[in-house]
Amino acid sequence: MATVAPPPRRRTSQQWAAWAFLTPVTLYLVLFYAYPLYRNLDLSLRDYTVRSFVQGDAPFTGLANYATVLDDPTFGPALTHTVVFTAVCLALQYAIGLALAVFFHQNFRLSATLRALFLVPWLLPLIVSASTWSWLLNSDSGLVNAVLGAVGIDPVNWLTSPSWSLTSVIIANIWIGVPFNLVVLHSGLQSIPASLYEAAALDGANAWQRFWRITFPLLRPVSAVTLLLGLVYTLKVFDVIWIMTKGGPADSSTTFATWSYQLGFGNLVPAFGPGAAVGNLLVAAAVVFGLVYLRVQRKQART
Amino acid sequence: MNRPTGRRLTAAALTVAALATAATACSSGGSSSAKGDDSGTYTVWDPYPQFDRTSAWAKLLDGCGTKAGVKIKRTAFDTSDLTNKALLAAQQDNSPDVLVVDNPVVSTLAEAGVLTTTDDNKLDTSKVDPNLLAAGQVGGKTYGTPIGANTLALYYNKEVLKEAGVDVASVKDWPSLTAALEKVKKAGKKGITFSAIGTEEGSFQFLPWFWGSGAKLTELDSAQGVSALSLWSDWTEKGYAPNSVLNNTQTTSWQEFASGDYAFAENGTWQLANAQKAGFDYGVLPIPGAEGGTAAAPTGGEFVTVPVQGDTGRYTTAQRLVSCLTSTQNLYDTDTTLSYVAPTGEVQDKQVAANAELKPWVDAVKAAKGRTSDDLGTKYPKISEQLWKAVQTALSGSKSPKDALSSAQDAVR
Repeated sequence: MATVAPPPRRRTSQQWAAWAFLTPVTLYLVLFYAYPLYRNLDLSLRDYTVRSFVQGDAPFTGLANYATVLDDPTFGPALTHTVVFTAVCLALQYAIGLALAVFFHQNFRLSATLRALFLVPWLLPLIVSASTWSWLLNSDSGLVNAVLGAVGIDPVNWLTSPSWSLTSVIIANIWIGVPFNLVVLHSGLQSIPASLYEAAALDGANAWQRFWRITFPLLRPVSAVTLLLGLVYTLKVFDVIWIMTKGGPADSSTTFATWSYQLGFGNLVPAFGPGAAVGNLLVAAAVVFGLVYLRVQRKQART
Repeated sequence: MNRPTGRRLTAAALTVAALATAATACSSGGSSSAKGDDSGTYTVWDPYPQFDRTSAWAKLLDGCGTKAGVKIKRTAFDTSDLTNKALLAAQQDNSPDVLVVDNPVVSTLAEAGVLTTTDDNKLDTSKVDPNLLAAGQVGGKTYGTPIGANTLALYYNKEVLKEAGVDVASVKDWPSLTAALEKVKKAGKKGITFSAIGTEEGSFQFLPWFWGSGAKLTELDSAQGVSALSLWSDWTEKGYAPNSVLNNTQTTSWQEFASGDYAFAENGTWQLANAQKAGFDYGVLPIPGAEGGTAAAPTGGEFVTVPVQGDTGRYTTAQRLVSCLTSTQNLYDTDTTLSYVAPTGEVQDKQVAANAELKPWVDAVKAAKGRTSDDLGTKYPKISEQLWKAVQTALSGSKSPKDALSSAQDAVR
């Protein structure tokens, strides 16, 4: 590691100053990122009971917690739900966000005001949006079922039926995520020169062709960033699901994020080890996609 | 990216070094910063953040402190937060002198070695009702004394029952209760609401029916257990109970009842004050057992405990503080503010004499049972998690009550 020493090209005093400037951010990163991550890794590799947590003598058990988690009957469903939740949310958030961005790009009257209104879901605290959704979707007194009833459709047990609960949290999360996509994609649209559209119009391209031949290809760099950031955000969504369904009924809306919380804090006797293990799996997934993001960004910078 | 690699490596090395420093700093720093050098100050932690410095509870603590000749430093936590806080404090050898904590947590903390037994701290628990004290007993040792108890019973809306032509005196067991619900539904009203949410609250609410059937927590899938879960799932299936019970906390379930449409609601002692505000005539009925009688409901409420200290000399004063808090007059005052039933027969009689409405609650508390009793201790949380999962599985229709409970029993093993 330390074999390659910094070449003594610069004057040392300057280098010391450079390190001094780096210290605050390094300390910050160590205290708030590296140390908690290290602790979480350590938690996941030891057999913690309440007793050994207090006495601090938890035996090192290697990957036993990971084995427990992989063997757990919840693992399969949680994995599927995490993948479905992330994929569906991402696809629909992006599609709706893009459609709205193109719509608002036409700069009609009040478009700025309307666009600002569309930001509301993004600005609201998650606990407010999630509680509101759970009231709306309540089986017996919710507004959604009342409206469905008015048009003659049988009420749906949105949050309390195993076949609907995942759909419900996906709907709520899409609603929350659309504004982010809208804003980023809208700013991306503004960087596309208007002259291209004029030229295309002169060549007789219709609106559909203009979208697929100009807007979409030129928006690709922005789209990639939006999708990757969205992916990391969606992967870790916890509050919305926990407030609306607690991952239930019967684990039908459990994702890795809620499962990890459930293991670590959802019970009177916390299972710190397995909880941390699930958390680490999630961190690992996020890191993989984070690296993909960096790669894509670097590729874009080169082109 | 063509910065010199050397610099990056140095940065990495530096980070690792700083990390190691931070780690050692953290592990050595904790223990010495204990409760301050002032031995005349005693710390008390409680789960009552609703009481501020001017409340009767805070004044009572100060008063007991003055009597014992010490100053009290009180910190209130949210109850769901308190277990982890207490565990962390014990890990840092920084426990409070007196800890007021939710009763099912006592056995967990005892298992962790955080609490002293009554042999060590010399607390007198002889006056406390044995069924309440049992929640704080593990392996024949007692780890604290209850400050008050609450439990579950059935609230009923007299107007709704009258409209449906139900005489509440006829509700004596499960069949008569179900028959009453059927009548209410026929009259166009709603039957019963409770909380079957996927947390400890869900198990808490299911236990009176589970125990009322004669089932035991050590055997979830017994025929009796299945009959209790079938009772609930039949109610939701037939529409006697709303489907929203699956997502109801005890608070949202209460809000449903307070709307005035429901005939019955399973809820706790702590809703009494809200019941008076509900604006309709209500009554309270102990939860019936399967074949009549009163079902054992789980006890709620907190225990006053004395955590283990490095300096064992502190126990004497801590014991005086706890004895003061749980003296007859103070128990009466505290339990009145908390809307709890007192843990001793003497104070219970006083409470009923002052407020006759408390009578059904005192009866319910007398029949109640600690969740961690029967020496279940730290096994209870694992059983409870499987139990609430089984309830959710059965009520949502993913499995029959029998299958749901047998997979729960398999998971506990």
